[in-house]
Amino acid sequence: MSEMKDKLLEVNGLTMDFGGLRAVDTVSLNVCAGEIVALIGPNGAGKTTFFNCVTGIYKPTKGDVLVHPPEKKTQKINGFKSNRVTTIGMARTFQNIRLFQNMTVLENVMIGRHCRTTTSILGAVLRGSKTMRQERETVEKSYDLLEKVGLVKDADEFAKNLPYGAQRRLEIARAMATDPFLLLLDEPAAGMNPQETKDLDELIVRIRDMEKISILLIEHDMKLVMNISDRIYVMEYGKEIAQGAPMDIRNNPKVIEAYLGEESDA
Amino acid sequence: MVDNVKQSVLVALWFVFLTFPLMVVKVNTLNNIVEWRWMNMLWVAIGAFVLSIVWRWAMARRQLKNKKAEIGEEELTQAGLWQRSTEDPKIFKPVLTVIALVTLVFPLVVDIYQTNIMVLALIFVVLGLGLNVTVGLAGLLDLGYVAFFAVGAYTYGVLNSFFGFGFWISLPIGGLMGALFGIALGFPILRLRGDYLAIVTLGFGSIAKIVIENWEEVFNGAKGIANIPRPGFFGAEMSITSATVYTYYLMILMVVFAIFITNRLKDSRIGRAWMALREDEIACVAMGVDMARTKLGAYAFGAFWAGLAGVIFAARNTYINPNSFTFMESAIVLSIVVMGGMGSIVGVIIAALVLILTPEYLRAFAEYRMLMFGAVMVLMMIFRPEGLIANVRRKYAGRKVVTEDANV
Amino acid sequence: MEYFLELSCSGLVRASIYALIALGYTMVYGIIQLINFAHGEIYMIGAFVALIVSGVLTIYGFSGFSILVLAGLIAVIYAAAYGYTLEKIAYRPLRNAPRLSPLISAIGMSLFLQNYVLLAQTPDFLPFPALIPDFAFMEPIAHIMGSPELVILVTSAISMVALTVLIKYTRIGKAMRATQQDMTMARLVGVNVDNVISMTFIIGSVLAAIGGVLVGSYIGQINFYIGFMAGVKAFTAAVLGGIGNIPGAVLGALVLGLTEAYAAGYISSAYEDVFAFGVLVLILILRPSGLLGKAVKLKV
Repeated sequence: MSEMKDKLLEVNGLTMDFGGLRAVDTVSLNVCAGEIVALIGPNGAGKTTFFNCVTGIYKPTKGDVLVHPPEKKTQKINGFKSNRVTTIGMARTFQNIRLFQNMTVLENVMIGRHCRTTTSILGAVLRGSKTMRQERETVEKSYDLLEKVGLVKDADEFAKNLPYGAQRRLEIARAMATDPFLLLLDEPAAGMNPQETKDLDELIVRIRDMEKISILLIEHDMKLVMNISDRIYVMEYGKEIAQGAPMDIRNNPKVIEAYLGEESDA
Repeated sequence: MVDNVKQSVLVALWFVFLTFPLMVVKVNTLNNIVEWRWMNMLWVAIGAFVLSIVWRWAMARRQLKNKKAEIGEEELTQAGLWQRSTEDPKIFKPVLTVIALVTLVFPLVVDIYQTNIMVLALIFVVLGLGLNVTVGLAGLLDLGYVAFFAVGAYTYGVLNSFFGFGFWISLPIGGLMGALFGIALGFPILRLRGDYLAIVTLGFGSIAKIVIENWEEVFNGAKGIANIPRPGFFGAEMSITSATVYTYYLMILMVVFAIFITNRLKDSRIGRAWMALREDEIACVAMGVDMARTKLGAYAFGAFWAGLAGVIFAARNTYINPNSFTFMESAIVLSIVVMGGMGSIVGVIIAALVLILTPEYLRAFAEYRMLMFGAVMVLMMIFRPEGLIANVRRKYAGRKVVTEDANV
Repeated sequence: MEYFLELSCSGLVRASIYALIALGYTMVYGIIQLINFAHGEIYMIGAFVALIVSGVLTIYGFSGFSILVLAGLIAVIYAAAYGYTLEKIAYRPLRNAPRLSPLISAIGMSLFLQNYVLLAQTPDFLPFPALIPDFAFMEPIAHIMGSPELVILVTSAISMVALTVLIKYTRIGKAMRATQQDMTMARLVGVNVDNVISMTFIIGSVLAAIGGVLVGSYIGQINFYIGFMAGVKAFTAAVLGGIGNIPGAVLGALVLGLTEAYAAGYISSAYEDVFAFGVLVLILILRPSGLLGKAVKLKV
């Protein structure tokens, strides 16, 4: 086992029921500081539902979601609204891109700064020095982030006009704008071609190394997952069926079966 | 082309059939005769034929525009004529100066009747700017906006008839009451979206009117409240003429104020939060925006202006009764916002002036005003949903260092 | 006791009318997720056409029952025509637009139709002839339920049964149910979705017109504005029962109609409309899916 690192996210026995359907069944998962952890599994395994429980979209039926923000008190965040979760320091992207289509690329990122700034309606009207300073900082930080994902030249473009791969990168930049210590990415490589995926690969590692942000990602692209993950959890039919280092997961018979069905050739 | 003509003839015939009982037949039960208005049938036939041709042409254009958008050709969300003209100081400054001059000189060159009408138009401009924030920026479809207008008007009316409060004290109180009601009514509906939100707010608006109509002790019911004083100038007695001119300049000031504030809000942290809320509420909240506070802020802000406008409305008319605060009024203000282009300040101003002034100046059309409102709303949604002035987003001056490693 | 029966009867009559109109709202919403704001105006137009036709027929010497039948029939045909045209002009072009657009278009059409009738006819209340004959056998209970009430209840019941049969057992009914569940799939298996939607509007309009004719004869006068109030109340009923749910609309109408009658009878009739709006607001806030509806979970 790897050395004792600080746990950032600790999920114990998470269960999510929708009426009679158990979408997530007693799943436990940790993410430690400086890690890239992947959550994989066939379609319908409950991965996005898991994400939604952790980020405040759903309230889990059972189980605990504990957050250990660096240098701060541990919190149990079951049922917290998603803006509160984000303010604590966990931000996410969405499986089906959810950008603010009729706002510019830069403005999309600037929204991420909302929870880290304080200007009120009155402040906005009066435009005192504090307000102007915050505005300037917001714009600067947003440009910085755009640079990091390579979208600076599109800053004034409407989000809806961006090509698909760029939209995904924009979502990441927007999530990063909230100053998270943990970033949750839901299928960031979906729909990308091999070159874009390779660039994404490098981007995610850079985020971990340079920005010191840990990552939990859902992904189907096995190459990406095997390349960059420190640890992998595998889900099937709502249950956790395996966890470990990429090498172990690759050779795990249960995982192979889940992906390829009963007869596992190749 | 021939095809279009053939189709349009059929359409014309269809409409003649459709409108026959209502347009052609008029039953006079007093004298027991039937009036056959054949001329109407002719008008319907011709009108339907012409409109059908125009409709087909417009639809074809619209199809083309949508197809082009699909393949990603230009056209879509390009900076329009408006933005280019406002950005160019050579055009902008002189135009603005002319407008300012005309505005200032207006009441001095026209008679009191015109000025009074203009005051009404300006009241609706303020209403439009207020609703523009709630509906246009934040995307909260409020069909009961008139309730806050009524709150403002009746605040003044009640304060005046019960306690003798004057205009200047009642004005801020009216605005504040509006904002309070905005929060109170906004709170239970935070979770509602789209259609449901629209219907509930419609319900609120209607309930407000009925309560006013029936609560005799406080609101004097259907009889209304009379003898409401016009705005005073340090207690000086003014003739109706002077008071009207005074009110006009007051309204100009208020409009300028509203434009200034709304403009600043559009390009602010709160303004962006409102827009993000409109675009995608789930993503917006996930990015750290407090939905409740942000939405309540939008409701309160819009309602505040409606409250202010209500006080001035009461002062202008010196008499208010529940019939000025119906769904029609909400629909008019909504039309103004939709026509102007949701979120566009100038668009709303133009739309308000057009919608309120046209029936006044084209007396022949006064009867048809509501008819045209309805038609315009439908047509705008089909052919120009973005409004008179399309959404223009701000460019931020920042470090735009475009280095060669544009690829990540 | 007698008062209670009287109120109950009055409540059932209201419920019947609300149900007839509510069905149109609920069917349209179920199939294209649109609140057809202008539906109340179809009801109003149905009443107006019936009034005009019966006026003409009376003057030209027709009598009694034939007037009722002809006026009703023609009113229904015209309502269907208006419903069809309404959908074609104001809603079909906006089928793929964001949800706000058709809603505003609907409000616009509602305003347009109201004022169209106002200008084409008159803003005043027009007297509506009592088309429903008095049946002798109703004499004994006439103080509780009269002939008009009976006719309304029976006609509504028959209409609703007919609708249920149509939806459940006919081909078009099956197509409607399929389109409501999954429009894309229905199209792929060959259902002409445009026709199905038109049909939905037509059926809803027919029911509304029947309601309009009945109400006109019952109340004795109509004007261009009756569509608005009736529309809102019927919509409340539809939402109360679960919008998109046909039996729900009937249930909602029953609940609303009866409680309105009892409230007006036992408490006060002045605030009657507030009551309806209040119910609407409360349901939408507390249980938007209505009595029979299913809560839809958000897909993120």
